[in-house]
Amino acid sequence: MSHTATAPEATTNHALRAHLYGLPGVDEVGARARAQDLSTRSIKTTAKAAAIDLAISMVDLTTLEGADTPGKVRSLCAKAALPDPADRTVPKVGAVCVYPDMVATAVEALRGTGIGVASVATAFPAGRAPLDVKLADTRRAVADGASEIDMVIDRGAFLSGDYLKVHEEIVAVKEACGDAHLKVILETGELNTYDNVRRASHLAMRAGGDFIKTSTGKVAPAATLPVTLIMLEAVRDHHAETGRRVGVKPAGGIRNTKDAIRNLVLVNETAGPAWLTPDLFRIGASSLLNDLLMQRTRLSTGTYPGPDYYTQD
Amino acid sequence: MAERRENKKKDKGEAKAPTKDGAKAPTQVDAEVPARLAVKKTYKLYLGGAFPRSESGRSYPVTSADGTHLANASLASRKDARDSVATARKAFGGWSGRTAYNRGQILYRIAEVMEGRHAQFAEQLVAAQGITRAKADRYVRAAVDRWVYYAGWTDKFAQVIGGANPVAGPYYNHSAPEPTGVVVVFAPQGAPLLGLTSVLAPVIATGNTAVVVSSQTAPLPAIELAEVLATSDVPGGVVNVLTGNVGELGPHLTAHADVDALDLAGTGDRAVEFERAAATTLTRVLRPGPEADGGEQAWLDTDPGTSRLTPFLETKTVWHPVGV
Amino acid sequence: MIFEYAPAPESRSVVGLRQTYDLFIDGEFVPAQGGEYVTSLNPADEEELAQVAVAGAADVDRAVAAARRAQETVWGRMSGAERGKYLFRIARIIQERSRELAVLETLDNGKPIKETRDVDVPLVAAHFFYYAGWADKLAHAGFGPNPRPLGVAAQVIPWNFPLLMLAWKIAPALATGNTVVLKPAETTPLTALVFAQICQEAELPPGVVNILTGAGETGRALVEHPGTDKVAFTGSTEVGRQIARSVAGTDKRLTLELGGKGANIVYDDAAIDQAVEGVVTGIFFNQGHVCCAGSRLLIQESIAEEFLPRLKARVAKLRLGDPLDKNTDIGAINSAAQLERIRELTDTADEEGVERWSPARDLPESGYWFAPTVLTGVSQAHRVAREEIFGPVLSVLTFRTPEEAVTKANNTPYGLSAGVWTEKGSRMLWTAERLRAGVIWSNTFNKFDPTSPFGGYKESGYGREGGRHGLEAYLG
Repeated sequence: MSHTATAPEATTNHALRAHLYGLPGVDEVGARARAQDLSTRSIKTTAKAAAIDLAISMVDLTTLEGADTPGKVRSLCAKAALPDPADRTVPKVGAVCVYPDMVATAVEALRGTGIGVASVATAFPAGRAPLDVKLADTRRAVADGASEIDMVIDRGAFLSGDYLKVHEEIVAVKEACGDAHLKVILETGELNTYDNVRRASHLAMRAGGDFIKTSTGKVAPAATLPVTLIMLEAVRDHHAETGRRVGVKPAGGIRNTKDAIRNLVLVNETAGPAWLTPDLFRIGASSLLNDLLMQRTRLSTGTYPGPDYYTQD
Repeated sequence: MAERRENKKKDKGEAKAPTKDGAKAPTQVDAEVPARLAVKKTYKLYLGGAFPRSESGRSYPVTSADGTHLANASLASRKDARDSVATARKAFGGWSGRTAYNRGQILYRIAEVMEGRHAQFAEQLVAAQGITRAKADRYVRAAVDRWVYYAGWTDKFAQVIGGANPVAGPYYNHSAPEPTGVVVVFAPQGAPLLGLTSVLAPVIATGNTAVVVSSQTAPLPAIELAEVLATSDVPGGVVNVLTGNVGELGPHLTAHADVDALDLAGTGDRAVEFERAAATTLTRVLRPGPEADGGEQAWLDTDPGTSRLTPFLETKTVWHPVGV
Repeated sequence: MIFEYAPAPESRSVVGLRQTYDLFIDGEFVPAQGGEYVTSLNPADEEELAQVAVAGAADVDRAVAAARRAQETVWGRMSGAERGKYLFRIARIIQERSRELAVLETLDNGKPIKETRDVDVPLVAAHFFYYAGWADKLAHAGFGPNPRPLGVAAQVIPWNFPLLMLAWKIAPALATGNTVVLKPAETTPLTALVFAQICQEAELPPGVVNILTGAGETGRALVEHPGTDKVAFTGSTEVGRQIARSVAGTDKRLTLELGGKGANIVYDDAAIDQAVEGVVTGIFFNQGHVCCAGSRLLIQESIAEEFLPRLKARVAKLRLGDPLDKNTDIGAINSAAQLERIRELTDTADEEGVERWSPARDLPESGYWFAPTVLTGVSQAHRVAREEIFGPVLSVLTFRTPEEAVTKANNTPYGLSAGVWTEKGSRMLWTAERLRAGVIWSNTFNKFDPTSPFGGYKESGYGREGGRHGLEAYLG
């Protein structure tokens, strides 16, 4: 098993390929069984309350629609800063995630809240654009004030075996990010196998990604538990190998509190408690936040609240 | 087949009944205000888990053995047949992908739900076939037990007909049966419940999906059975039931290129014609057996074994080298 | 942040425990003639759960006579289809009462609720369901056109999977037309007694199933009773030998499912995370109280150094404690006697210079507990590599080549199970072909299914339970 060996300086596709194919395989059935087993953890009472607040602080509150408008983005930002107007003890979310042309609007709306703006970039979601366009996309978002960039990898290049191209693009985007954090979206639903998820994770980490992210949310399946499990194993192994902690962001398909808590259990028992911070784990979601708020109310009051008590933004 | 508006049997049947009863001379019957009017069921097709009418908007009258009008059944059209194959195909991946255990549980559930509607099925058989209630009870019980029988086969047929092959060489070699796909089942004409169950259950037990063309003259039990299937956790599309004319539907279904196999039990004189039509796309065919025209009593054998399972199975053999 | 899981105990209220339980003979609960009772404890806290009757020779006589009568007058004459329907009923009632059975099994045995809930009880229902379907298809099972039942079966089962072992014994016996007298283990009799209630609820004819509780003496009286046609035993190899001796010279048929010292072979190309998981499941599932446990890890030397820290990190995450807590991975040792045996054998490792490791943690104060333990530097000569510990103790050995792995794996009088971890299919098959064991798991471990035969080579016993093959033991 060569993956603990220090990776060679990646200069050729051949070397990259050798490295990625030296990673141990993933047995699909076993990985699913492990994720399923962890999803039966029963998180109750005090543990649930702590988990809900933690999950809220990890939400990248997202709107990525063709129909997005400055008004929509501003209302989302208001929600991010004050998720529950009736309860000021609710923590603020991790970040607001928007398209590049909405970054300036979001930055303005969030001024003074301490909440950062994440922008998808690099011709999200397909990523089918020339590199200079992708870099311009990234630089513009950063210039407008995005503190985090969510890029997509070139899945076509990855699936055709051109790992060097994928690697070089990530390196270039990372450079274009400057001080902004880089999240690398693998779009695992298109990579198809868990072996590929593991390889793409290691490729993204080697190229300098600060986070690895499952999905754009535009392709099904998005963030499944086994995929997140494999990515958490990858960041755990990368840390053991290099001492650097890379974050993980499942995005897409995490709609309720139960899903979110299952993800936190996965983090806790795979990468470990060190990853239980918004600096190293985020959840990309839009409808999740209200369910977290409802469950939070349920825990503190003992009764089930209705959806109309939470703001729809 | 006569369509509803042309049919006069109903009146004849009603006129007959009092005379049969004996002594009373036929007299004028005064119209009475009923205490409560019964709500009659509309019989429709069963397609993709729902009960639509025929897209053609047609129906045909169904009468009892003595000619009494029982209900109107949907007269399925070529397009209904086409839709039923499409929905069966769509359901195949999911159904064949279920575990054998799960399919067994569902088939057993069919038996449970059917047992609960025993009286209804029995009454219908009495009406449809003019048989005694005792006989009808016997057929219904046998039909329920038939589902139990095939529920047991779901996770056993592979063990009985598959296995390891001792090839001469360093290879692991193993053969296992797999469902063939979409099976069109022409249910026996004179055996609308037990016969139907006996041909349908083995088809879906192994993971095939089915399009059933019910008995033409006695289609109501097939629709009652569909209601049982719809409430027994059978996924929509696994069984689709068409009522109507074998002569009208048969040519389209038997020549359909996306049908994998045919059970020709209820095709009567058309069996050879349909077998020929199937040859074009090498659709598998199970010819009508001696029981096909024998009525319900011909289907009482409690242990048909794998005889109705294997015709709708493919055998897949896997080779793999053995070495360090 | 430290993510502490708050206690999440499964409710005990689904279980209505009686103070005393009598024997189940001929469809009725009847006191033992000797009037003696033993206490069944909750091994997690030593709380007394119930008093259970101890069957003596006279009770065995009664039970065997009832079983004989039922076999000859009702059960053996009934059509297979009707027998099958009784078994389907039983399967359904087990599904309906699944939570009650799971909680009771956890209370009486000490195993975690997540195992009884997700593994034991679902498998029990599935086993009855599977054999129910065989009852009217015996002519198709490959044992001749008209296979006949043997008659009355005497069955003795262990405490590690109380209800599951009952299902493995009773379901095929009944499906084939035999009647049974079954003795559960003295430390775990309670679910068998609820099963007796389920037989009543299913309106099973009296005498078809008889349950005799008691200890070793009861078991001896049962297996030596001249009125039975078949003995089926699951338990220790030592008792298995005694039973084999006692049936010699009789017409009784015998199947034995005994001990094991399973090897889990991990090649250097294995999917490492799943292999770690499988090795952990292999030995720590059910506290290692598993005859087919992967109690010997054979790891290829070229990856041993990388594998072991990962293994220990994973073991450190196992949650040991209240078996009724839904988050517990490792429950209590079943009895004081078993705990003593595990301690004694593991202590020999210390004396023989083996390195012993357990994650740092406090064990509960009451009850019987043993921390998950990994022994490294073990060689074939050590007692912990040869004897069945039947507890949460893993012995780690290394190998260099596939030949050596197979040689070491087979170098035991046992032959029940083995595991092979490799991403290379041909090597997996090569290894499986050479292993002298009845069940080989590849890239998985401790998997059970009613359709799949289970049983051992060599001193792990003879005969198979489960699957089509499992019918043979009950057919003449």
